[in-house]
Amino acid sequence: MRCKALTAKLSGDDLTLFRGDRCLFKGLNFALNPGEVLLLEGRNGSGKTSLLRAIAGLIELETGRVSWDGVPIRGQRQAFHLALVWLAHRVGFKADLTLLENLRFESSLRPQAERDLEEVLERLGIERLKNLPMRALSAGQQRRVALARMLLADAVLWMLDEPVTNLDREGRSLVMQLVSEHAAHNGMVIMAAHQDIKLEAPMQTIRL
Amino acid sequence: MWKFLHKLASPPHFYGLAVRLIPWFAVPGFLLIAYGAYAGLFVAPPDYQQGDAFRIIYVHVPSAYLSVMAYMVMAVSAGIGLIWRMKLAHAVAAGAAPLGAWFTFLALATGSIWGRPMWGTWWEWGDPRLTSELVLLFLYFGYMALRGAIDDTAKADRASAVLALVGAVNVPIIHFSVEWWSSLHQGPTLFKEGGPAIDNAMLYPLLAMILGFTFVFGGLLLRRVRTEVLYRERRTRWVRELVFSAAGIK
Amino acid sequence: MMDQQRQMPGIWAGMVAVARRDLLLVLKRPGDVLNPLFFFAMVATLFPLAVGPSVEQLEFSGPGVLWVAALLAMLLSLNSLFTSDFEDGSLEQMLVSSLPLSALAFGKAAAHWLSSGLPLVIVSPLVAMTFRMPVAVVGVLMLTLLLGTLSLSLLGSIGAALTVGLHRGTALLSLLVLPLSMPVLIFGARTVSLAAAGDTAAGGLYFLAAYTVLIMSIAPFATAAALRISNE
Repeated sequence: MRCKALTAKLSGDDLTLFRGDRCLFKGLNFALNPGEVLLLEGRNGSGKTSLLRAIAGLIELETGRVSWDGVPIRGQRQAFHLALVWLAHRVGFKADLTLLENLRFESSLRPQAERDLEEVLERLGIERLKNLPMRALSAGQQRRVALARMLLADAVLWMLDEPVTNLDREGRSLVMQLVSEHAAHNGMVIMAAHQDIKLEAPMQTIRL
Repeated sequence: MWKFLHKLASPPHFYGLAVRLIPWFAVPGFLLIAYGAYAGLFVAPPDYQQGDAFRIIYVHVPSAYLSVMAYMVMAVSAGIGLIWRMKLAHAVAAGAAPLGAWFTFLALATGSIWGRPMWGTWWEWGDPRLTSELVLLFLYFGYMALRGAIDDTAKADRASAVLALVGAVNVPIIHFSVEWWSSLHQGPTLFKEGGPAIDNAMLYPLLAMILGFTFVFGGLLLRRVRTEVLYRERRTRWVRELVFSAAGIK
Repeated sequence: MMDQQRQMPGIWAGMVAVARRDLLLVLKRPGDVLNPLFFFAMVATLFPLAVGPSVEQLEFSGPGVLWVAALLAMLLSLNSLFTSDFEDGSLEQMLVSSLPLSALAFGKAAAHWLSSGLPLVIVSPLVAMTFRMPVAVVGVLMLTLLLGTLSLSLLGSIGAALTVGLHRGTALLSLLVLPLSMPVLIFGARTVSLAAAGDTAAGGLYFLAAYTVLIMSIAPFATAAALRISNE
């Protein structure tokens, strides 16, 4: 497991977002340091996914800005995305390609950590599925492949949107373990969830 | 100067300004059109080739000119809205589109009427200008259809802005292509507007009509943008206050 | 604490990877390549059926009919350019990758051309033959289609990006792309007609080439902007 830089910091100032006519949040502030986990909590439709997407730069904010290392991400999108790996509800794999083909494609999209692919797949319990097309995998298995993407990527910041959906109890505790480990190695995690999350890491919570 | 522009970009200020400005566009516009129409219909001598039929250029030329100008206004304001994220600019683009489409339709209709005595038919594919106008009409329809297909106003603004900009680059190319294409066509003659040396008596009313139409376009655009702004800002306090005071409620 | 040098994937590598992935997907469903080709042949067939098989008419209308058929076939295949990526979330992954989205968009358009445009070019002589097109003219036809389909893939990717995920996006895509593709159609078809009449095709081909280069420099950025907006 690698060490990450201590200087990276993610912050948001005066974030406001409207979806249609509805104001999801207004004047929101946060700051996240390496080794910390930011939890976005709220009911369905409360705007936590939108906040997460806004931080990742997928949605435009009404006011305010998100800064990475002190620089607004709008001006340095590439550098910010270099440090980021994203896990959303739609896992983002091609159904017709095999697990391996998908992960191999992923490696061309973002820098990869020096981690053994087989080891990672073993740890996630999906090693035997590697030559199956993604459509043959269950939703829970596909989510584990998404977790493989996170482990294989060389990214400081993990952004997870409801990561424990479709996972059984074993899967859920696996996610918590991985997140805690990442934080312990000075990684940063932002997670949107509407279930109780128990982590062994310094946690901040924003309730929407 | 920047402060003035900044103030202008704020919806409530723009709204107030627009309300006051509209008469300054409407009155000169209608006066110019009145002069142009009178002079064009009664004072200008008949064309030696086309007789009285040419008089329709007093409506056709301004419409055609404005159909293209409206598209440029739409594309430029959409671009400003997209790059500098000015919501008002998007409102201007949204307002300009239907106006531009109407002027295009008017240009097509008057062009067709103008051509009828000459061609013997209501439509002549060999005329490059008419065909270009038709393609322009489709570009307007595409823009408005895209806006209509997207529910979220901000998203519709930005998507249609990309379309308008791509279209703006293509409009001159389309025009050139159609010209080239019709030059290959060995068909009926194309018109020249008034011939190589246009008589002053014909020219002045034409210029008046073009200017008049432009003023009217400006006035209509201001009115549309005013309405757009009201709709887009309908949840804000200043709009509520405006509506209440207009309705006499405190 | 050390921060090791990251192996940053290059822009070109990313472009090639996206194109390769899409072509791999096409390989897994080879039937998808045939659909536009059948459509092309069918549409071309409709004209003689509807208008009559007179030889003169066929020779005269051949270039135009073949070009319209090619344009419509390209439109058909453009519809689904971004749809599956949008739905399964891989588009979003491309949006958060550090690679410039315009490069990835170009990769997608390139793969689309290779799987939809190039096959059209290859198949066109067969259909052109039924319109009694002489061999030299068929050569011009193939050249115009080569350039034209490339332009259409790029231009169409803008439209596809703007309409992905929209209700009735199919009809809207046609409305958006067809007016913009008029120059390509005009120059493509008429250049072939000129060649059939014995005139030189050079002018038209130069125009098509110039237009293709212009679109190549604009389309990836417009497509990228449109993808970001559509994915919101």
